[in-house]
Amino acid sequence: MSESTPTRPEADRIRALLETESDEIKENTRLFNAARYDAVEAVGAETHEQYRTRAREIKEKSIERLPDLIHRTRTAVEANGGTVYVADDAEDANRYITRVVADEGADSVVKSKSMTTEEIDLNDALEADGFDVWETDLGEFVIQVAEESPSHIVGPSLHKSREEITALFEREFEPDEPLDSAQKLTAFAREFLGERIDEADVGITGANFVMAESGSIALVTNEGNARKCASIPDTHVAVAGIEKIIPSIAELEPFAGLISRSATGQDVPQYLSLLTPPVDTPTIDFDRADEPGFGGGDADREFHLVLIDNGRRAMRRDEELRETLYCIRCGACANSCANFQSVGGHAFGGETYTGGIATGWEAGIEGLDVAAEFNDLCTGCSRCVNACPVKIDIPWINTVVRDRINRGKDPGFDDLLVDGLVPDEEGSGTPLRKRFFGNFETVARLGSATAPLSNALASTGVARKSMESVLGVDARRDLPAFERTTLRKWARSRDPNVEDPVRRVVLYPDVYTNHVRTERGKAAVRVLEALGCEVVVPDVGGSGRAPLSQGMIATAERKARSAAESLLPYLEDGYDVVVVEPSDIAMFRREYEKLLPAGAYERIDEGSYEILEFVYGLLENDGDIDALPAGNGAGIAYHSHCQQRTLGLESYTETVLERLGYDVLTSDVECCGMAGSFGYKSEYYDLSMDVGETLAEQFEPAADERTVVASGTSCMEQLDSLLSPGTRHPIELLDPVGREDETPNGTSPLRKS
Amino acid sequence: MSAGSVREFQQSLADLDTASTVVSPDEFETELEDIIETPAVGAELPFDDPSLSDLPVQLEPSPAQLREAVTGVTGARMGIASLGTVAVESRSRGDEFVALYPACHVVVVRERDIRADLSDAFSWLRAEFEAGRQSLILATGPSSTGDMGALVQGVHGPEEVHIVIIRDNE
Ligand code: SF4
Repeated sequence: MSESTPTRPEADRIRALLETESDEIKENTRLFNAARYDAVEAVGAETHEQYRTRAREIKEKSIERLPDLIHRTRTAVEANGGTVYVADDAEDANRYITRVVADEGADSVVKSKSMTTEEIDLNDALEADGFDVWETDLGEFVIQVAEESPSHIVGPSLHKSREEITALFEREFEPDEPLDSAQKLTAFAREFLGERIDEADVGITGANFVMAESGSIALVTNEGNARKCASIPDTHVAVAGIEKIIPSIAELEPFAGLISRSATGQDVPQYLSLLTPPVDTPTIDFDRADEPGFGGGDADREFHLVLIDNGRRAMRRDEELRETLYCIRCGACANSCANFQSVGGHAFGGETYTGGIATGWEAGIEGLDVAAEFNDLCTGCSRCVNACPVKIDIPWINTVVRDRINRGKDPGFDDLLVDGLVPDEEGSGTPLRKRFFGNFETVARLGSATAPLSNALASTGVARKSMESVLGVDARRDLPAFERTTLRKWARSRDPNVEDPVRRVVLYPDVYTNHVRTERGKAAVRVLEALGCEVVVPDVGGSGRAPLSQGMIATAERKARSAAESLLPYLEDGYDVVVVEPSDIAMFRREYEKLLPAGAYERIDEGSYEILEFVYGLLENDGDIDALPAGNGAGIAYHSHCQQRTLGLESYTETVLERLGYDVLTSDVECCGMAGSFGYKSEYYDLSMDVGETLAEQFEPAADERTVVASGTSCMEQLDSLLSPGTRHPIELLDPVGREDETPNGTSPLRKS
Repeated sequence: MSAGSVREFQQSLADLDTASTVVSPDEFETELEDIIETPAVGAELPFDDPSLSDLPVQLEPSPAQLREAVTGVTGARMGIASLGTVAVESRSRGDEFVALYPACHVVVVRERDIRADLSDAFSWLRAEFEAGRQSLILATGPSSTGDMGALVQGVHGPEEVHIVIIRDNE
């Protein structure tokens, strides 16, 4: 790779994180993630879903009537004897808070965990004015001592091992006894911070929720430090974004269980504090240590609620970024993200926020340039979608921000070759590489038309070098080999001959199945025919998945409209649409809601099926399973596809294979790491392989006795390079004709053997 | 609002590594004396009967007594059977300090005050808020952290929690 490749520093940065922080982050995020799945199962998926629906509604309504809720909050807090300050931005908030602290004549301040105060860099502002500030959440404390930034919304120091913390504390504090266990570290921190809390004049907390009607705050903690920060110093300052307001205690209910279940898999947090300050807890005076009644102090309690705008009101007006404000900061989107599990928030995060939703927060608070630094780490795998307790479409926010970043970019390219690939809608700012991947359909069309020459050419060293330097396509990746005879051409040349069909089916010729993995398309046609369906493979263009994943929304929209125009007449005619490529069925069922008029979306959503889902349906309706070859107990290692699993479609494949008599082992990783074009990009190659490693580890022990199958094209590519070539689509196992007369993909002349 | 069962409450507490003891009103004082390790501090219970006044528990303690105590005794007017949660109120008697400083927090709750689940608890909470009692902590098990590389109990709050359930008189 040449030194001038712009992707080089990013590749180095990611490699460094993979070496230093990855092990801890993987272990911890996966623990949280697994605990979340268990907790949802324990409470019941349906109940959990009802809470999510309710939580979403509450957030939508609360943001809708935010100005009114701010007003009500102010009225209630002031009636209770507290003060409310609405700060326009970080500077405004810091000015106010430092003044409150100065007015108290305070020397020191203790804080409990608050991302919002991280966002405004409150500690720096307080320290600049000469105040001592101590973070009392142990994770935040570690970060403060290490002078680092949080790597995770919920566990700010989860990239650090116990050994690293021991070394850090022993260096900084020179304790008499070694701090060589989690117990000793905790005991040390408790004592050290306990003294700081007792001495502090002001306690600063965040607020997970603010309840307008009573002027109350809700705090979610496990350590008990927020309880101390809110009750031991006489003055309590709570800092929260304006989006944290909900109407009243009644609306808190769904969140009380959701937040911990989503964050750490707990049923409820250790401590859910519901405080309506100033609280009745007496003040305590440690200077009068021997006086009864907690020192007999007669100080008044003081309370300030600082509500922060800092870009939020503008986000509220922004149709696309608005739902970011529903976020309750549980971190589930980070824990369920395969890329995040490998690199953590120091790569996948901005100034303050980390994980999938960080793109929305950072774009709204800091600006597009900060979001641009990590936005490409979201591959759109959509695994966070079902994890999010308030149903935020996190991948969509990432796509929208990507689109805006593209448009804001200086072109800097003037390449005739690619001119034909530039759709007008995108403007010339979209980087060349994104246009290349976004218009893969065009590349594929040309590739098939000129195959095998195109394949031979593309595989030469010279071509791969220039692809790497110009397009950032990693030379270590195998390129897709285009078939000269596309699936459509093949289908046209056949005489289907199904009398009295049980169903009439449009097999959607997605770009990969049509040009590259034609064998799985042919198998699909033959399986459907064997089960009594009439199958047509019409001339329909790409679904728009490829441009969408590059943030080229206008192009995706145009593709979606064109695909809909081709498909709708069939649907009107009573055809079902059957799709082989999971990322395309996900387009039809999920993203088309954003790209098409409601009526067209609903029609396509209702009328389209993933291929094995459809086969399952046929078998359920008296389809003849004996028309398909039996599995006879043969072993299968099956990797479903991330977007397929988000739609809940993987079980159809498992069930059909099991009914045929296969012994199925299913992977449980969130994503294979390839994620469409992601794994081809030079700077992400190492990350992509690192993510894939977990999948490989699950299958490697079984790979000798089991046939490896995967539903997605990119998953197949990834498994081919991780294990050995020859990964197949499950539909190929069902093919009544078998594989003898087909060219197996693994022997394509362009693949490494 | 439905009543939760003592048995379910105790099961939930066991799942949380939290001890529990069921006592009759008559046994209350002797049982509690057994449970309390001295020095102990307390906040008078938030119901008329029983009282902590005849027990070796320092009420309204000084800051020094608070720091030295190994046990803190408070009452709760609500427990959640399905979760093992109790409500610690922020009262002027200093429940919050008593609940936080000592290593062991003993919570006294009456059988009749046990709610079945979180949603019953919220019905109670809404009524409390309406009545103007609007500051309390729903506490579930001992304080804990995973931030030091392994799960550790006893951080800024108690390391151990013991729930004493007083049976209702028949
Ligand atoms: S976006 Fe959803 S999943 Fe992610 S932190 Fe926010 S609430 Fe949690």
